[in-house]
Amino acid sequence: MKTALSALEKPSAAPAPEKSDARNLVDAVFRARELSIGGALVLLILGTWLTNHSFLDSQGVKDLLLNSSILVLLAVGQSVVVATRNIDLSVGSVVGLTAFTCGDFVSGTSHGPLTVMLLGIAIGALCGLVSGALVSIGKVPALVVTLGMLYVVQGIDYALADGGQINAVNLPDPVLSLGSGSILGIPYLPLISVAVLAATAYFLRTYRSGRELYAIGSSPEAARLAGIPIRRRVLVAYVFSGAIAGLAGALWLARFGTVVANAASGWELTVVSAVVVGGVAITGGVGSVWGAALGALLLTTISGALIVLKVDPFWEQAITGALLILAITADRLVQVRTTNALRKRSRR
Amino acid sequence: MNDSDAGPAPVLALKDVSKSFGAVRALQDVSLQLFPGEAHALAGENGAGKSTLIKTLAGVHRPDTGQVLLDDSPVTFHGPADARDAGIAVIYQEPTLFPDLSIAENIFMGRQPRRALGRIDRKAVHAATAELMARLGVALDPQRPARGLSIADQQIVEIAKALSFDARVLIMDEPTAALTGSETARLFSVVETLRAEGAAVLFISHRLEEIFQLCQRVTTLRDGRWISSDPIGDLTEDDLVRRMVGRDLGELYPKQQTEIGEAALSVRRLTREGVFRDVSFDVRRGEIVALAGLVGAGRSEVVQAVFGVDRADAGEVHVDGKRLTVGSPTAAMDAGVALVPEDRRQRGLVMEMSIERNIALTGLDQVRRGGLVRRSLEQGRAADWSVKLQLKYNKLSDSVGVLSGGNQQKVVLAKWLATEPSVLIVDEPTRGIDVGTKAEVHRLLSSLAAEGLAVLMVSSDLPEVLGMADRVLVMHEGRLVAELPRTEATEESVMAAATGRNGKERAA
Repeated sequence: MKTALSALEKPSAAPAPEKSDARNLVDAVFRARELSIGGALVLLILGTWLTNHSFLDSQGVKDLLLNSSILVLLAVGQSVVVATRNIDLSVGSVVGLTAFTCGDFVSGTSHGPLTVMLLGIAIGALCGLVSGALVSIGKVPALVVTLGMLYVVQGIDYALADGGQINAVNLPDPVLSLGSGSILGIPYLPLISVAVLAATAYFLRTYRSGRELYAIGSSPEAARLAGIPIRRRVLVAYVFSGAIAGLAGALWLARFGTVVANAASGWELTVVSAVVVGGVAITGGVGSVWGAALGALLLTTISGALIVLKVDPFWEQAITGALLILAITADRLVQVRTTNALRKRSRR
Repeated sequence: MNDSDAGPAPVLALKDVSKSFGAVRALQDVSLQLFPGEAHALAGENGAGKSTLIKTLAGVHRPDTGQVLLDDSPVTFHGPADARDAGIAVIYQEPTLFPDLSIAENIFMGRQPRRALGRIDRKAVHAATAELMARLGVALDPQRPARGLSIADQQIVEIAKALSFDARVLIMDEPTAALTGSETARLFSVVETLRAEGAAVLFISHRLEEIFQLCQRVTTLRDGRWISSDPIGDLTEDDLVRRMVGRDLGELYPKQQTEIGEAALSVRRLTREGVFRDVSFDVRRGEIVALAGLVGAGRSEVVQAVFGVDRADAGEVHVDGKRLTVGSPTAAMDAGVALVPEDRRQRGLVMEMSIERNIALTGLDQVRRGGLVRRSLEQGRAADWSVKLQLKYNKLSDSVGVLSGGNQQKVVLAKWLATEPSVLIVDEPTRGIDVGTKAEVHRLLSSLAAEGLAVLMVSSDLPEVLGMADRVLVMHEGRLVAELPRTEATEESVMAAATGRNGKERAA
């Protein structure tokens, strides 16, 4: 850097950087997204609470936290993959498989929660490795690979289960207490989710490889020319998403105790919805895991609120779908508008 | 071939490098030596192999045969990162930025200064970027995203990227194509200082005066072959052009005299917010009108709006006196307009489909009997046009993907000419096709005009614009800034208008 730069003369008068409207505009757009989800969340909680105060009593809050923690976790893993302009549809099946295998492994033993979580992470990471290798090295479209993996993993799960189920009574107590215990009144599950969330967010923000994931999603061609090891990064993103799904499976086991083979089936779409609602662009390069977590929290709260409000739970799916469409439409509009605005400003 | 006894050893060199893409031989036995402290120009027509050569130096392509030499020892670049680590900075013709990331991140991606534990030192990144911007003399906020930057500003970011690491070799592929005069001057002063400091520079430009102004040595390529390497002082501009072209320009552009009739296409005050505004012009029968301008000036966008692919916000398009429905390509086709798009792989053809099917796509009504497409009619239509355009193919049922670029372009032309249009719009008709086919396309356009077709041609190829057009319309930043008759259109006058230098002189 020295020789090249020192060659350049100091300019006589450095122009003041336009303390830019452009940056403020973009900041505002992103803050607007997180604020609006946060606002919707607050309104929803407030409205439901006004109708039925039990929604926010200590049990209600605990339920809300417990119910959302697994979805938040999955949303974090999914965001990392989506940021690279890919998708992982196999997460629901992976949760089911790990929950069942972990349960099978510890049933009637005295293994602790740590073993369960590590086992879950290992199984999940293996699934992620397969999808990731096919997507990054095999260059097969992510949608196809992970859709295939969804069925493959589900099939293995069903074959292993062979019609049976894991029963809570057979599980060691320490494992179950992972799902029900708490510190200072806060259950373990949300604590784990928040820890993973914060660590991932920090990683994505402050490490080169984290930024490179966004770069890959923003423009694969530019990423290639910038010498970013695209295949390795995408592979790792899938392994991470798989590992997170495996962890979620272990937590699922701890929370519910009783696990059937089709646990969490269909969750992949809820996860993707949460991520997109949370502002992670499905086209990659944009969004934060905090936003994705907020999206997951919003979707869980909606389903909780519907129960409290005694609305037919079938509406939940319709509402989730409508939110998803709204979010993607908003993304598209906002992108077009900001691009135009930015272009006009720089042309000025 | 080089007087290598003069001065130091080359920093970076190519020795007898060949590179083929399928049947296309992009480079054949090309050698090149870049010396420290010297600016080296690479000259040649479009398609001469300049971009392939650059990508070989940049580690994007690996040579089929021959060697890349770094400090006289052979190296193999396994990717762009290897070349970058060797101190080779490349500024591509079309900036390759991450639109969603900030300018600072774009510059330092993968090389961000780090604090303890490998964390990115964001403050240092922004400070270094601000410093680069200050040294380049531009007021760009390091933290704004790259999305929405003008081409010139994107180019600045690319240059800052190259400056941000100790570039021993700076390679620039037409960096000035989208820059204004003052921006170019600023770039040149940066390059001068780098060069004085001992960096080797490889410079590509279609503007000969820039080559003579900036460079000490020039290597010429033609059709993928090395033609010559000379000190710039030994050459005149005419010598250089002769080496690049290798033949008389006159026969390259077979312009036929035509009888110019009444206006077939009239565009009135066409505007698309933020892209182009207030564009009005006519194209008359028998006339070839070129739409010139820099990359990003809005030329392709105008013709897309004329054809109705993009919706115009305001303005009218008339064909043969009848007003076209806005935003409807079907209406445009019915009125006799045909558009041969710029990107034939994405927009012009269905790559996996056969030649005959592609040609049939524009006239499904003609190849249909009783609601079903007749294969024999498809074949007839395709066979007809492939003979007329001298298409080189194996079977008409081969997919167009296997054809060479020039033959693909002929298929696109056939597809549209089969609609028997009265107005033919061609967007970069000869981009990326070999010289022989290029001349055929030119001859074809010329004879079509002679038959009374109105031709509107978007082109970045200045010799093509000057050689083919009866009139040249020039766009600059979304506006039509000049209209030059054939006699007044010169390289200088068109470029001056395209870079906005005569913007104020234009009356009405």
